[in-house]
Amino acid sequence: MKILVGVKRVIDYNVRVQINREGTGVITEGVKMSINPFDEIAVEEALRIRDRGEATEVVVAGIGPGAAQQQLRTALAMGADRALLFETDDEIQPLAAARAFMKLVEQEDAGLVILGKQAIDDDSNQVGQMLAALWDRPQATFVSGLEFADGKAKAVREVDAGLETIEVELPAVLTVDLRLNEPRFVKMPDIMKAKRKPLDITPFADLGIEMPPKLEIGAHEPPPKRAGGVKVESAAELVKLLKDKGVL
Amino acid sequence: MTDVLLIADHDGKTLNAGTNRALTCAKELGEVDLAVFHSGADDVVETASKLDWVTRVLSVERPENADPVAAVLAPQIAKLAEDYDCVLAPSTTFGKDVLPRVAALLGVPQVSDLMEVLDKRSFKRPIYAGNVITTVTVPEGCKVLATVRIASFQAAEFGDASPVESISLDVSLPGHTTYHGLAETTTGDRPDLQSASRVVAGGRGVGSEENFAVVFKLAERLNAAVGASRAAVDAGYVPNDMQIGQTGKIIAPELYIGVGISGAIQHMTGIKDAGLIVAINKDPEAPIFEAADIGLVGDLFQILPQIEAELDK
Ligand SMILES: Cc1cc2nc3c(=O)[nH]c(=O)nc-3n(C[C@H](O)[C@H](O)[C@H](O)COP(=O)(O)OP(=O)(O)OC[C@H]3O[C@@H](n4cnc5c(N)ncnc54)[C@H](O)[C@@H]3O)c2cc1C
Ligand SMILES: Nc1ncnc2c1ncn2[C@@H]1O[C@H](COP(=O)(O)O)[C@@H](O)[C@H]1O
Repeated sequence: MKILVGVKRVIDYNVRVQINREGTGVITEGVKMSINPFDEIAVEEALRIRDRGEATEVVVAGIGPGAAQQQLRTALAMGADRALLFETDDEIQPLAAARAFMKLVEQEDAGLVILGKQAIDDDSNQVGQMLAALWDRPQATFVSGLEFADGKAKAVREVDAGLETIEVELPAVLTVDLRLNEPRFVKMPDIMKAKRKPLDITPFADLGIEMPPKLEIGAHEPPPKRAGGVKVESAAELVKLLKDKGVL
Repeated sequence: MTDVLLIADHDGKTLNAGTNRALTCAKELGEVDLAVFHSGADDVVETASKLDWVTRVLSVERPENADPVAAVLAPQIAKLAEDYDCVLAPSTTFGKDVLPRVAALLGVPQVSDLMEVLDKRSFKRPIYAGNVITTVTVPEGCKVLATVRIASFQAAEFGDASPVESISLDVSLPGHTTYHGLAETTTGDRPDLQSASRVVAGGRGVGSEENFAVVFKLAERLNAAVGASRAAVDAGYVPNDMQIGQTGKIIAPELYIGVGISGAIQHMTGIKDAGLIVAINKDPEAPIFEAADIGLVGDLFQILPQIEAELDK
């Protein structure tokens, strides 16, 4: 079984994102970029599955600018076998990304696709579910526990009410939550080794997918600011203030 | 033709209150039909029919609909969607799981976490963990599909009963997914985190599962729900369904009290809509004080009992 994993290049989660002066987007120049944290967990899980002998190959795929090679190299350094970059400077929205992954599933004959539950830039939380629909295969989203047996994946899902367990036949699409695993640290020798691993770069347009309708993206603005707060010195003062404000 | 199809979130016994909030958003887009996919959840259908602003409740009952399996529900929703301009679901884990699957079947983009309606096609939604609000417009010729950020809308009231129609949809359903059940972790009669008017949340600073007792104790005293930061959940102090934030629950209580929480952006995005944010932290430089309406610097293990003592006075 071959596992296909999505790796998206995003602004690092520690960066305080700034809106550009025109309000058309966010500033990315000189900003630290990383693998989407959920995708790092997806890569880690795929590697563990392969290393247990339950899969043969881990292929990581990214759609994005040429610089996204860096994130794919990191995934290779973690231990992925091969990387594919579909290069484009355009914004690729979830449905187009899902169609691209569908194409890849066919080309690579993947038996399992593992994606992040959401990309922390657009926070869409859509691609995995959309891919599963296009592929007409099961989905297990927000996965925080995973086992395989008899051609099925048993997944524990983090849902609002607690932990849900479902079993899906393979092939399937999984989207991972943060508590599934703790991704490994990449060591220097692995980074050197990763330089020799295959990373194919293809123009996104060459995938030949039909481009779906796009959401038109308008103004970017900061969230409404909360009025400045006050400091109190003691529990007594706090309780009095809360009572004065009528919330207690 | 009614304009909006709203998909109810429920567990077979009760209607998730996120549905009521999403309904308030749906109403801004036109007349609303509320669809309940279920198997024998008559109580849910009845509750749904008592919500204000609903034109019709569509009861879609079949055995496969007993459990919330996206691959089973999506083709039914896509079929039902044919008659509507707009399909909405609350942005609960249920809505997030199922609606993109519907969007892909329909070949249209989806708006995630809709927080404000500008017009029938233009909406505001948060990106970058809520640090940026962006305006998106659904292109002409596409149905509007959106999950509704429930903290951004007040819950619809209960009022005049609306008619219930039983619908049967001729759709073949996949059998590749088996539902094995839900381990509900929230115990007892504590208020629900997403609908509570008061929330006390603890972070890594609480230090252990045992220590969390002080948080629960204050919460009980205030009749508040209990929440947590991701660090507290990861450390195993409390279960995952208590996590507040970008990847947890987005809440909008009247009062939020955060103790031993530093105030990372991923946490703060979950409480932005709270009426009043109170932060208790021993580090005066903790970022949570920047967003808090009321800050108290000090040791939570001393302060929480003092608060209780004050309340007793
Ligand atoms: C992709 C991604 C998604 C994330 N999603 C979420 C999310 O949904 N929700 C979330 O919460 N986090 C999320 N995080 C994690 C987030 O970045 C922070 O790591 C986390 O919120 C920190 O939790 P904390 O404030 O409890 O812990 P810390 O940052 O360790 O803060 C502990 C605080 O407790 C204080 N303290 C210690 N002892 C005491 C005491 N005795 N009395 C008073 N104060 C004390 C300290 O001064 C400190 O400020 C996410 C991270 C990533 C990368
Ligand atoms: N441009 C991309 N390149 C690679 N993977 C992507 C891309 N966009 C989305 N994905 C995958 O889909 C997941 C969910 O993304 P989203 O639906 O945009 O929140 C991400 O965590 C990735 O695994």
